[in-house]
Amino acid sequence: MAELKPGARLRSVTCTTEVVVVRATGEVDLRCGGQPMVEMAETSGPSGEPAPGFDGGTQLGKRYASQEAGLEVLCTKAGAGSLSVGEALLDVQGTKPLPASD
Amino acid sequence: MVLEMAADGLAERAALGPLEHAMTFAELGHRARRAGSVLAELPGDRVVLIDENSPAVPIGLFGAAIAAKPYVPVSYRLADDRLRAIVARVAPAIVIAGAGAADRVSGIDGLWVLDRQELLARVDDPSVPERDGWGCDPDAPAVLLFTSGTTGDPKAAVLRHRNLAAYVVSTVEFGAAHQDECAIVSVPPYHVAAIAAVLSNTYGGRRVVQLEAFDPERWVRLVRAEAVTHAMVVPTMLGRILDVIEGDGLGLPSLRSLSYGGGPMPQSVVERALQVLGHVDLVNAYGLTETSSTIALLGPDDHRVAAASDEPAVRRRLGSVGRAVPGVEVSIRDPSGRPLPPGTEGEIWVRGEQVSGEYVGAVTTDRDGWFHTNDAGFLDDDGYLFVRGRLDDVIVRGGENLSPGEIEAVLLDHEAVEAAAVVGIPDPEWGEKVVAAVVLVPGASVSEEELRQFVLAQLRSARTPERITFLDELPFNENGKLLRRVLRDQLAAEFAG
Repeated sequence: MAELKPGARLRSVTCTTEVVVVRATGEVDLRCGGQPMVEMAETSGPSGEPAPGFDGGTQLGKRYASQEAGLEVLCTKAGAGSLSVGEALLDVQGTKPLPASD
Repeated sequence: MVLEMAADGLAERAALGPLEHAMTFAELGHRARRAGSVLAELPGDRVVLIDENSPAVPIGLFGAAIAAKPYVPVSYRLADDRLRAIVARVAPAIVIAGAGAADRVSGIDGLWVLDRQELLARVDDPSVPERDGWGCDPDAPAVLLFTSGTTGDPKAAVLRHRNLAAYVVSTVEFGAAHQDECAIVSVPPYHVAAIAAVLSNTYGGRRVVQLEAFDPERWVRLVRAEAVTHAMVVPTMLGRILDVIEGDGLGLPSLRSLSYGGGPMPQSVVERALQVLGHVDLVNAYGLTETSSTIALLGPDDHRVAAASDEPAVRRRLGSVGRAVPGVEVSIRDPSGRPLPPGTEGEIWVRGEQVSGEYVGAVTTDRDGWFHTNDAGFLDDDGYLFVRGRLDDVIVRGGENLSPGEIEAVLLDHEAVEAAAVVGIPDPEWGEKVVAAVVLVPGASVSEEELRQFVLAQLRSARTPERITFLDELPFNENGKLLRRVLRDQLAAEFAG
C-alpha cells in the first residue's frame, strides 16, 4: 500500500505502462498486470508478464479511475497490463464532450 | 509531460507549420529537449520571451519546463521603460529575443540574451544533447504572466505545472484531434490564451499555424490557405475579420470552430458572426490569467439555441459567458462573502484545481480555495454566467451600484456606435454621475440627446448617461485594456460643474 500524491509518477513492473496520479486520497494498492506499481526511480523488482485477467492493456492518454478508492490516474505510456486497485480493475474515464475552445 | 506524451503517442502527426513542411510532434519533442539543455546550461533562473509568434514559442515554453525554469513571455508592445522594469524584476534570466528586443533590454544586469533565430538554429542541430523531458516538479512555477493593471505596477501571476496540467487533462481528450484539423494562433505569446493554445493543441494532437502578429486580411488569407478548422480571437479582432469576409464574400469554408474571449464581446458582433459564419461553431470562453485560462464556456449549441429562441431569458444568454467547465465551481458573493441567489449581481468567485490565484509575493485564494476574480456578474437559474465588468469600475450613484458594462452594452446596440465606455465622475448631489465616451461608426452620426433617449428607453434613468462625449478613439493600454481612470479624468474635466 502506498500513499499517493497528485503528480506522482509510477510504472508497472510487468509491462511498459507508466502513469501519473491525477487524484488520490490516502493509501492505495495500485497495481498493473496484477503487481504493485513502483516509483519511476525504482529499478529493482520482479519483471514478467501481466497476470491473466490483468492483461487487457492500457492506452496512452486515457484516464483510469476507481471511485471507491478515490483514485484517478492518467496513462502516460501504454503497456500490456491492466490497472487495478487490489483485484478491482480501474474504469476508463471518458472526457466530458466539451466544445473545442483553445 | 504534455509534450512527452504527444511526442511519444502522436509522433508522426504534423504539429506546427504549413502542411507542406510541418514539424511533427516527434520533431517538436527533440527540439524542445535540446532547448531544455541549452536553457538549463545558460545562467539565469527564468526564461523570458520578448517576441511575436514563431516556433520559438512552443519550443521556448516546453524547453523552459524541461530546464525547470519558469517561462515568462512579455509584451513587446510595452513602452521601453515599462518593458525594462518588468524584465529587471525577473532577472537573473535568459531572454529569448525577437527582432529589436535585445537592444531594448541592454544594460540590465543579470540577463543572457539569446536571439530567437539563433535558438531555433541550435535546436535544429542533432548534435545538441537532449535533456530528459520528464523532470519537472508539479509544484514548481511553469509560467509567470504579468497581468495588466491600469494603474500601478503589473502583477505577475504564477501558474504552476499542476495548474496547467489539470486544465489541459480535464478539458482536452488526448490525441483526439483529427488529422485534417488545423488551428491558427494569432494571439500574442504573452496572453494566457496563447499558453493554453500551445498546451491544448499539443495534447490534442492538432496542427498549429502561427500568424506573427494580427492583421485581419492576413488572418483571413492564412485561414483559407491552410484550411484552418479551429481559431481563437479576442473581441477586437472578430469585427475586423467579419468586415474582410463580408467585403469579399468568399467566406471561411474550412472553419469549424471559432472561439473568442479575453474581454467583453458586443452581442451585435456575435449575432453578425452567427449570420456571416453560420456553419461555424462559436464558443465564448471566459477565463482569467490567474485561472490557467477558460473557466466558463458558451458552446456552439448554446449560441444556436439562444439565437433561435423567443424567450428573453434564453436569448440573452448570447451575452453570457456560458456555464462553468468541468472541474470548476463558480459562486456569486456579496462584499462580505455571502453567497447570492441566481439573478443577483455580485462578485464572481471561482474554485478548482486549475485555479492558481497566485501572484509573485501573494497568494490570493482564500482558505477554502476560492479565487475572488474582482469581476462583477450573476448566474441565471440554469447556471449561465453573465459578466458585467470589473468590480472596481462599478459606479456608485446615489448609493446605488451601477455597472458600466450594462450601460455600455446598450450603447453598443445602437447602430451608429462603434465603441463605448461609461464611467462615473464626481458629482456634488449624487456622489457620482454617469457619463459616457462614444466612438461612432465611420460615416455614421447621432446626437448626444438621441443616444441618451435610446439608453433611457431600455434602462432606468439612473443608468442613463447624463452627458456623452464623442471621441475618435478610446484610451487603451498596451494590453488592450480600457484605461477607465484616464477617461474618468478626461470626462470629469470636460463635464465639470
